[in-house]
Amino acid sequence: MTLSILLWVPLALALVASLAPARLAGRAAVVWSLITVGIAISFVARFKTGVAGLQFVTDKVWIAPLGIHYKLGLDGLNLALVLVTTVIFAAALLWSSFREWERPRTFYFLFALAESGVLGAFLSQDLALFIAFFDLMLVPFYFLSGIWGGPDRIRATTKLVIYTLVGSFFMLVGAIATGVLAASQHHTPITFAISALHALPLSHTSQIWIFLCFAIAFLVKMPLVPFHGWLPDGYKAMPIPAIAVFSAILSKVAAYGFLRVLLPLFPYAAVHFQVLMLIIALVSILWGTVVAMTTPDARLVVAYSSVAQLGFIVLGIFSLRTQGGQGALLQMVNHALVTAPLFFFVALLAARAGGSEKLADMGGIAFRAPVMASLFLIVTLATLAMPGSSNFIGEFMILLGVFNAKLPIAMIAAAGVVGAAAYALRLYIRSMHNRVGPKVTSSDISITDATVIVPIVLIILVLAFYPQFGLRRSEPSLDATLAPTAAQLHLPPPGTSATASVPARTAHPGTTSTTVAQAP
Amino acid sequence: MLPLAAAGHLHGPHIDWASFAPFAILGIGALAVLLVGLLGPVARGRLVPLLTVIVLLASIGDEISRLDHPASIISGALSVDGLSLVLGMIFAVAAIACVVMSLRGRAPVAAGHGEYHALLLFSVLGMLILVSATDLVTLFVGFELLSLPLYVLCASEWMREGSLESGLKYLVIGSVGSATLVYGLAMTYGATGSTFFHQIAASMSRHGLVSDPLLLTGLALVIVGFAFKASVAPFHQWTPDVYEGAPTPITAFMATATKAAALGVMLRFFDIAAFAAHSTWAPALATLAAITIIVGNVGALTQSSLKRLLGYSSVAQAGYMLAGVVVATRLGVDATVLYLAFYLMMNVAAFGVIVAVQNERADGDELSGLSGLGARNPWLAWPMTIAMLSLSGIPATVGFIGKFQLIHALVDGGYTWLGIVLVIGSMISLGYYLRVIAAIWMRSPVPASGPGLAVAGAWALPEAGAVGLAPIAGGSPEADELDPPGAPGAGARAAASAVPYPEVTFVAVLFGAACIVFGIFPSPVFDLAAHAGRAFMGLL
Repeated sequence: MTLSILLWVPLALALVASLAPARLAGRAAVVWSLITVGIAISFVARFKTGVAGLQFVTDKVWIAPLGIHYKLGLDGLNLALVLVTTVIFAAALLWSSFREWERPRTFYFLFALAESGVLGAFLSQDLALFIAFFDLMLVPFYFLSGIWGGPDRIRATTKLVIYTLVGSFFMLVGAIATGVLAASQHHTPITFAISALHALPLSHTSQIWIFLCFAIAFLVKMPLVPFHGWLPDGYKAMPIPAIAVFSAILSKVAAYGFLRVLLPLFPYAAVHFQVLMLIIALVSILWGTVVAMTTPDARLVVAYSSVAQLGFIVLGIFSLRTQGGQGALLQMVNHALVTAPLFFFVALLAARAGGSEKLADMGGIAFRAPVMASLFLIVTLATLAMPGSSNFIGEFMILLGVFNAKLPIAMIAAAGVVGAAAYALRLYIRSMHNRVGPKVTSSDISITDATVIVPIVLIILVLAFYPQFGLRRSEPSLDATLAPTAAQLHLPPPGTSATASVPARTAHPGTTSTTVAQAP
Repeated sequence: MLPLAAAGHLHGPHIDWASFAPFAILGIGALAVLLVGLLGPVARGRLVPLLTVIVLLASIGDEISRLDHPASIISGALSVDGLSLVLGMIFAVAAIACVVMSLRGRAPVAAGHGEYHALLLFSVLGMLILVSATDLVTLFVGFELLSLPLYVLCASEWMREGSLESGLKYLVIGSVGSATLVYGLAMTYGATGSTFFHQIAASMSRHGLVSDPLLLTGLALVIVGFAFKASVAPFHQWTPDVYEGAPTPITAFMATATKAAALGVMLRFFDIAAFAAHSTWAPALATLAAITIIVGNVGALTQSSLKRLLGYSSVAQAGYMLAGVVVATRLGVDATVLYLAFYLMMNVAAFGVIVAVQNERADGDELSGLSGLGARNPWLAWPMTIAMLSLSGIPATVGFIGKFQLIHALVDGGYTWLGIVLVIGSMISLGYYLRVIAAIWMRSPVPASGPGLAVAGAWALPEAGAVGLAPIAGGSPEADELDPPGAPGAGARAAASAVPYPEVTFVAVLFGAACIVFGIFPSPVFDLAAHAGRAFMGLL
């Protein structure tokens, strides 16, 4: 079974399903999304741990004159993200299938296009293919938001698309320049395969401007401050299942792009801009935390908390240390798993507060909804990185990486950890406890909604006890990814003595970082 | 006396008639169509379009068969090579789409079927001569043969003021462009002493004419002349007006085929004849391209008429495609020809939808006319959506591949800054392309403000005019085909106009699907474009 099957199954099955009657569209979508989860699990099961290189590689020439390959592959960087993508999509589609949508077949078809697009972006091992999927995955969200979104959706959606495509177009120039300049500076035929480009480092000046082209695209997509102009309107306009996927998964594609493309291909520029990127991440953490603590809108609390969390992820990546990178990868998965249910909870809360998503209209909902309150509490505690949760390990490793790299930045960033507690608990207390809101008619979570949220909560709990699952698989690939930047920084190559600072390095290479994380 | 005596000594050039076939098919076909148009009213309404399509298909077939056998004919005045053959196919496909789209339009009825279609064929012939020309005189002949029929075709809905205005405007501005061009060609000849491209190129490099003021003035005027035709800013002002007024199928033909012809001749003239002066004209042309990209995209932002919007968009796209001319590499030639083929697909899909919507409702050209099209008629909504996504360069559509290749050519040719301008232009363009998609899918329908423009619906309007003006239109024998208001046929046909237009919808869906299919599997078009690049083998 090749990765192409995983990649195209959602779209192919959704095309078939669109022949079915409209009332069955929701159920059909749940079926194809669960099939995709199954396929993803089968790849994870067959994945060889401890191997740095790509596995399950598919490599065909796509556009010969341009040197573009249809090259897919799994390694430690994208393995967990692919799995979590299929899970979150399945959850969002399950959630949607319990609700009525106008023109349901188009609705679910667009989700399938989105899932294939996201999986394509994660699996692509060719720069041009990556960009194609990176842009393509935005298109369904334009329609999902523009057709099924809230009031003022057209303006908000247009803003979102223009913001993100502006970044993507810069990235397109950057990618083409990478291919052309690598070919001309090394006198080889043009290629966009990422593994081939590793061997063709660019001159320093080229690296710098191309790095900026890519970084803008990724920073807008995440978004980080100051590229978040589209975020409040865009998030408010999107329907809940779309925003759950968008916030949980699409932002991770951008973060993943840093690891897959920028650090290995432009190591000089990555080191050159390390402080700038760390400062952008830091500002995002602080800004996101402050806005999340003060905004009156429950949905925006979650939205800005994402900004802060993504700030942490970028912080970890640009620590350029293995621990930081490991923490960032872990945190990508964690954040996806907490943010999607948070948006579902916002919808559930709004349904109990007379349709309003204002925190002021909520309150006292827990009283008649004990099960929902417990589930929400687990997710909230995971969000604020409670010790014992996987998020705690992720943030800890990120901070450890930054402490090793830039001490002052890590010290300020640590304040963000405290801030997370403030906004997450504020959301929980203001909605679930306090006085009962004026229009609140509380009731417990329905069985159908519970089938969406309980599995995700279970995954959160499992991951809290067993974070090594992802870490062990990602470490060799991450070491390989960070090797070029480590060379630039004159650090010992990661994976050998980069972890020498770790006192208890065990025989198994994969458990190293985890040992560190849990040592305190 | 002298001419006669001289004629005895003059030898006509040797003509290889077999290689001349692409031109002969179109020329003879045009004459045949004109003659068939004189038959009875029933026959000409059906037979003429059919014959036109057959002629165009025959020319495509002939061009395909010649792809691997380039030839230079009439003593080197015409070059039947990859560039001209591939572009010839683009012209013919655009013309076929135009014929199908105007099957039930007003223009052929008003202008006379025979005349309308014959003029179309002559225009295609002119384009083919233009892009095949390797000689300044032939070039100008092609240029005029392309333009004159188009002036008439723009005005072919002669009962509508807008159409007449469009034709007149195009005539006046086009003539200025032609005059400038011929002046520039004359100066180029004066400076280099030859009309043949290869000899011009040779004498440029041999005599060090690169900084010769006469030659540079000539080249500048040639650039201006071509810029008028390709609607390159700042010589584009006619474009939105003419596009808006002309019958929509003709607009589609002009937007795609004329643009291809103008860029094709620029490729050949600048990259072959004036190649030695590349360092002189390339920066100028690159500046023009940058201005064009910005002006076209910004101009389109505020348009509410779809045809004007696509007019400005075509200005911007001309700027993109100039990139391939600017770099003067084989990659550049490939990229421009590739983009022209893709541009044909995207624009025909978009114009097809406009024609279909216009047939149904009077405000079909307005953005508001598309409101709610997604719910009303998905068969039209999807092609338009795909065309817009493609024009803005979204992956999995041809627009993405086309832009990719253009930027590739620019970066490769050392014009990365123009690539950045191209990308900035694409960003601006999102502002209006997304507006169209938003209207189709995200706004609720606006009730039609009046009946459509199809023959049945709106033709009743100028009945008095039809009688009064009939003699002016060359005693149009078609006057009898026009239903007077209240005639029994009018009501029946008006009812028939409620059904969608299957042939127009088919064209739109076909080209919309092509945008996706070739966006995912672009290799066949790459191969075709590579044929064009091969025409420049050993020159660049």
